[in-house]
Amino acid sequence: MVDLVWFQLLSAILFVIGLYGVMARRSAVLIIMSIELMLNAVNINLIAAASHMEGTGKFSDFDGQLIAIFIITVAAAEVGLALAIILRMFKNRSTVNVDEINLMKW
Amino acid sequence: MAWFIFISLAVLTIAGALGVVVARNVVHAALALLVSLIAVAGIYLVLFAEFLALVQVLIYGGAIIIVLMFAIMLTRNTDYPKISDNKQWPLAALAALAFLGVLAPSFIINRVEGTKSHNASFEGIGESLFTTWAVPFEIASLVLLVALIGAIIIARSDEEEN
Repeated sequence: MVDLVWFQLLSAILFVIGLYGVMARRSAVLIIMSIELMLNAVNINLIAAASHMEGTGKFSDFDGQLIAIFIITVAAAEVGLALAIILRMFKNRSTVNVDEINLMKW
Repeated sequence: MAWFIFISLAVLTIAGALGVVVARNVVHAALALLVSLIAVAGIYLVLFAEFLALVQVLIYGGAIIIVLMFAIMLTRNTDYPKISDNKQWPLAALAALAFLGVLAPSFIINRVEGTKSHNASFEGIGESLFTTWAVPFEIASLVLLVALIGAIIIARSDEEEN
């Protein structure tokens, strides 16, 4: 059995790669992909904890998996909305470069 | 054996994630994301979370990648190659590495010994989802409905204005 800390390190590395993508990329679609990487890192962490630890109190053994299901649900909703916003952005400004979307920048 | 599978899946996951953040071509980045997400489904199988692996392949590998591909194809223009990275990418890399430098030692120092590895059955997940987690489940369905309606309203072409 692989120890819990290795899954946590994997999720930390995946989260940091996603964080770099969010900060360094300029295309809105690539930023969405990096956010997906970060959400996956969180899911790995939750599921690893759920399968290595026993539930205490009113939490059962696999409540981490259920929280991960809700995260996946929110990620699906987020991607759908992001597609709509990116399409509208492209229709109005004909670019997906987030550096050029600076109308509300002070 | 579990170690070998874990190491190969972890390498695949990190390689795919690096492909997402360094690829010049947006379609290649989406395909690298697909590799990474499928490898994460394998990680879930190593953790005995079969239901989550199934959901990961269906929703991420199926739906989300297709939606992202639609976003790429519908916004295709000529300046994709030169808008991939911005000027402050060294600073972003530095900040990300600093964050990893905080996160990884904190995981290693506060090392928790796992008690056992257990298999969450489909029945257990379903029962828990409809009893303990019933209210969050209903709220999640409401979130999906609102996101769907909002996406349609944002993305449709408004004829009355033109």
